Formats: sequence, C-alpha cells, structure tokens
Amino acid sequence: MTQSPDTPAESGKPQEAADAFLAGSSLRHAPGPYFGAFGGRWMPESLIAALDELEDTFEKAKADPEFIAQVAELNKNYSGRPSLLTEAKRFSQHAGGARIFLKREDLNHTGSHKINNVLGQALLAQRMGKTRIIAETGAGQHGVASATAAALLGMECVVYMGAEDTRRQALNVARMELLGATVVPVTAGSQTLKDAINEALRDWVANVHNTHYLLGTAAGAHPFPALVRYFHEVIGEEARAQILDQTGRLPDAVCACIGGGSNAIGIFHGFLDDRNVALYGFEAGGDGVDTGRHAATITLGRPGVLHGARSYLMQDEDGQTIESHSISAGLDYPGVGPEHSYLADIGRATYEPVTDTEAMDAFRLLCRTEGIIPAIESSHALAGALRVGKRLTEGKDNPQDVIIVVNLSGRGDKDVATAAEWFGLLPQESPEAGIGSEGEQL
Amino acid sequence: MNNTATASKSAAAIDRALAEGRTALVGYLPAGYPDVQTTIDAAVALAENGTDVIEIGIPYSDPVMDGSVIQAATVQALKDGFRVSQVFDIVAGITARCDAAVLVMTYWNPVMRMGVDEFSRRLAEAGGAGLITPDLIPDEAAEWFEASDKYGLDRVFLVAPSSSPARMAMTVKASRGFVYAVSIMGVTGARENVSSAAERVVQAAHEAGAERVCVGLGVSNAEHVREIGAYAEGAIVGTALVAELGHSGVEALGKLAARLSEGTARA
Ligand SMILES: Cc1ncc(COP(=O)(O)O)c(C=O)c1O
Repeated sequence: MTQSPDTPAESGKPQEAADAFLAGSSLRHAPGPYFGAFGGRWMPESLIAALDELEDTFEKAKADPEFIAQVAELNKNYSGRPSLLTEAKRFSQHAGGARIFLKREDLNHTGSHKINNVLGQALLAQRMGKTRIIAETGAGQHGVASATAAALLGMECVVYMGAEDTRRQALNVARMELLGATVVPVTAGSQTLKDAINEALRDWVANVHNTHYLLGTAAGAHPFPALVRYFHEVIGEEARAQILDQTGRLPDAVCACIGGGSNAIGIFHGFLDDRNVALYGFEAGGDGVDTGRHAATITLGRPGVLHGARSYLMQDEDGQTIESHSISAGLDYPGVGPEHSYLADIGRATYEPVTDTEAMDAFRLLCRTEGIIPAIESSHALAGALRVGKRLTEGKDNPQDVIIVVNLSGRGDKDVATAAEWFGLLPQESPEAGIGSEGEQL
Repeated sequence: MNNTATASKSAAAIDRALAEGRTALVGYLPAGYPDVQTTIDAAVALAENGTDVIEIGIPYSDPVMDGSVIQAATVQALKDGFRVSQVFDIVAGITARCDAAVLVMTYWNPVMRMGVDEFSRRLAEAGGAGLITPDLIPDEAAEWFEASDKYGLDRVFLVAPSSSPARMAMTVKASRGFVYAVSIMGVTGARENVSSAAERVVQAAHEAGAERVCVGLGVSNAEHVREIGAYAEGAIVGTALVAELGHSGVEALGKLAARLSEGTARA
C-alpha cells in the first residue's frame, strides 16, 4: 500500500490503523472521529446537530486565513506566545545528566496551556453566533481560562465545578467571578470533575441554540479531540523549532502529564512523525496504582465510553465509572482522550503512572534548582522526565547527549497551599493549614 | 421501520393498545429503586393499571440525559448495591407476571462492559423486548445491530427537535419497535406543558416512515397523554412515576398509572 506521508492513519479498524502506522503513514493531523478503535460520538441524538455544526465551523475556520490570523494574533499579543524553551541545567543533574528543556506553557497568560484551546474555541463560538459559553473545571485552570476568554470577547460564561472542588478552591472560584463568570457548584454524583462535565452536558442539551460547550481537554465526542488538539498543536510546533535551534537536533524524548490529554497531545503532535523521538505521557498514580486511589487510566483502565468517546476508562465490572484520585485536581479524571488510547495501542507513545509523592518531590526539586514553581499537574511530567533521563543515560559515557523536552503545562501559584501543606511549611492553626489539606489548591 | 422480519414485542404491545382505541402508555422505572423486588411489583402495578410498555432503566454513574429526580433515584439504587445483572432478574420477574412489553433503557457503557452479545442474549432469555439507548446513536451501533437481529430484540433509538432530516431518516430506518421522540431539548424531568416541538418531531418521524412514535420527556399527567395521543402512537412517562413511587409507594403508583391511562382514549 502506498500512502503519502501526509495521509493520516484514520481507519476505524484498529488493525488497519496500526498497520498503516507501521507502514510509515503520517500520524499527524488525524481528523477523527476515530483514532483506531477509539473516539467516535457516543452522545445523545439531541446534541449531534450541535457537534455537526461545530465540526463544520471548525473545518471552515481552519481553511480561512482570517481565522488563522485571528488566532495567531491573540496567541502573540494576548497569551504571550511563543512560550520559551528553557534549559533546566541544575535540574538535569538529577536526571542522570540528560539535558532537560522545559516548554514554558506556565508563562502564558492565565498560567497554563489551557488558554490556547479556550481562545480558539471562543472564536469558533462567535463564528457560530453563540453568545454564551459553558465550561467544566476541576482545578479551576480551565474555568479561569474560559472566564478570561469570555471577558475578552464579551460573552456570557457559566462554569460548572464539583461542589467538593468549589470548597477546595475558593480562590479560583473568586477568580472566575472577578472575571465576570458564574460558577455553578455541582452536587450530583461524586461532586468532582466528571460530574461537572455531566452537568455541563445537561446545560448544553437545554441551551444549545445560544450556547457553546467549551470543553477543556482533548477528550469527548468528535470533533472535540481533534479540535482541542488543533489549538494546542502550536506547543509542539514551537518546541520542535526551538529545540532544533538550541541544540541542532531533535530530542530523544518528549514528556508530558496526562489529565484528559490536551497539553500532551499538543506537544506530541509536533514530534509524532519523528519516529526516533520517544513520547511519554505521565498519568496520575495517586497513592500508587496498587492502592485503587489513582487516575492511571491508560495504565489500568479498559476501553469503554464516557462523555462521548470510546477510550480507556477507569470502570468497574458493571461499566460504572470509578472515581479517580490524585493530589493534582487537573489530572483527577477517570477518562482520557481517545487519541492517546490509540497512540498507546499502536506503541507510538508510552504511558506510565507517577505517584503523588514522586510528583511532589519533582515539584520541590524544580523550585530549588531552577527557581520555577511548577503546577502539580506538570510536576508529574517532571518526575517522569527524571525517570526517563536516568533510564536513557544508564551506562552512557556522554549522558549530556541525551535530550529531553518536558511540557511545563502550568505554573504552581494555584498549588502553593497544597504544597505548603504537603511539605509541612504551614504553622499549625494558620488559616492556610485548613485550606491546604490534600488536593486543595489556592 | 424494518420490523416486518422480526416480531417486535413493543410494536405488538403498541398495536394492541391502538386496536383498542387507546394511545399506548409507556412507563419508566429505575431498576433497583428502592430495591429489586419493589421494581418488579411496581412494574406489575403499572401494567395492571393500563401501561402497555415498561421501561426499566439501569442505574449508571454518569447519567447525562437525566434530570434531578431520576438521578436521585439511580444514585440511591447504586448506593444500595445495585448490580447490572440484576436487571435480567427484574425483566424476568415482570414478564412472568404480566404481558406488558418490557424494554431496558440503558446508557451504553454497562452494555459494552458486559459484552453486547452477552447482554443481548441474557435480555432475550429474560423475556425482554429490547433496548432504549439514550447515548447510542445508530452511527455507533454496528455491534448492537448484529446482536439485536440475532436475538430478536427491539432497537429503540431517540430522535430530537434538533435532528436533521437526514438523521431522522437514518434513525427511523435503524429503529425497531418504535421511535422515541424527545419532546424538548433537555433532560428528563416533569414539566408543566408538553413542548410544541414534540408534534413537529413526531410528524417528521412519521414522514420518514416511522409507524410507531412515542413521545417522552416532561410528560406527567393525563392531559399531556391525551394531547400527545392526537399526533403520536404512545406517551412515555418517567419522572412523575419515579417521584410517586419514591414518595408514596407501589399502590399509589398504580393509582397514578390508572389516572394517566384515562388520557389514552383516542378520539
Ligand atoms: C497546568 C495543567 N496541566 C495539565 C492539566 C491536565 O489537562 P490536560 O491533560 O488536558 O493537559 C491541567 C488541567 O487542569 C492543568 O491545569
């Protein structure tokens, strides 16, 4: 079979897709709805028309120079792109001597990669004539980014947040409200991120005529996984050019953390067809994958459908979703984007768990060695990079020849209370000590 | 609708009602709420009071199409330890005691987890009529087409006010037994009025070739049932029944069904 390198392996049949990959066809720009056996649209009929409209608007926008210019302009003059690529020289000493470079999404406006997707989708919403956006949020990062875009573009914004999370993250609730958004605490189910998504979907069904659901990660029903990836592809494109510029060659490995998978797919995309660049996704291992308290979806889950896509899923024998656990609210999700399930199945990317403890050790190490306070989500990628660095440099005479790029997806300002609690930095009885108990964030 | 080859239990139940000059009454109950035996008794009470088709809902952790009343009931059932395989005991228990058609309404993941073929085989063995699938569209239903044909089960897909003519045609063609017309853009829950969108959805389904269309979401009293009977073959009541069962028990539920069935007489 001769296929041009730009033809994505888009077959719905897993074997065919895997064969196409092995035969060397491009993995970039996979359009969905299927990524091998994953993806699709497992959604109520009521929402299919809205998904079709979104897909249609997105396809037209991608081909419209005006839209592309609009996104580029906002990325540059609002978010502050391109984000830097910073070599972490002192941190690298703890990775067997491999050279580690940080893709600084933490420097974006609002403090994480989330803004890339939010601005793009808000512009699409405007193109569809929708005046109201709704979003789900766990850590509050995506909610804050959505509220920001809504303020910028003059749209109404409602953010659904698990009641448990609104209590844990009172300051992020205040942030969203300062930006003019309405935050709705969700008391259904486990009162966390997955229930916030359920509630946002219920809102969307009822208000789809004027409302866009601004999903915060590369998961959900088609076209969301491909669409969210599209707006984050800029991370990988910049990183690839920057590492070539700074080192003259491609890295040996790229590391990212996996919640739903948006920051990871964004940076992976730039390197998907560079077969010698190993791609690593680090899932939240929580207390440890053998404790049952984790969010290691690909590591331990099995295929199922949740929130519109077939993908790996943490589920019990009855197909009921299992609640996830992680110190990092942004990784605390029992599902994962379908493209990651596909990349895992065909062996293009490797997914490993990182425990709370490993992540927090890496968090502190980056603070102390580089003067950068990372998000706890991103700290999972940092811990993974230390592991990969040691592995790749083992027995090597010139460990500095090993180059690793880590997606530093966000900054840790929001995590200071959690970290202070974790490291015992708070005086007893201080008000922050109350806020900072496990998983709570400022 | 290709219901000629396979005898459809729900189509037969609806046709029976129509032949008697009645709009078919379809009643929803969540499995295991408040417990398995009560679900069976409650369904039998519905059947004895004029309900033609019973829907048994499988409690699920992420019910995106359900409003607060049904969510509260299914969360309770899960808390009390409901297991998916108990739905087959419930279906068998009901079909042993009455001749209403019994469909299972389920989000798709529990079916996928058990295996579509295995689930279908056990449902057919229990005497079930088929499945109503709120988050499975025909586009994704290849496995379910195969299994439902193999075991002679009805495939009740949903159509909505937002369905395009092409999707309406495709979904009507894919369905067997009846087509479930969602009356409004929204989730389950009792409402004051049945939306005027419902009539348009039903008309579009009929024009696409549907022989039997039942209207659900927001239907809660005999007047609603009567109104729907003017343009559809059946009316589906859920939240109102669940609330009555929760507050007042099986006997009161039977009485509510009897009142609802007063709305079924066709002009
Ligand atoms: C800083 C940061 N990184 C990563 C994530 C995880 O999301 P995703 O896997 O979609 O990148 C989040 C989510 O809130 C986040 O805030």
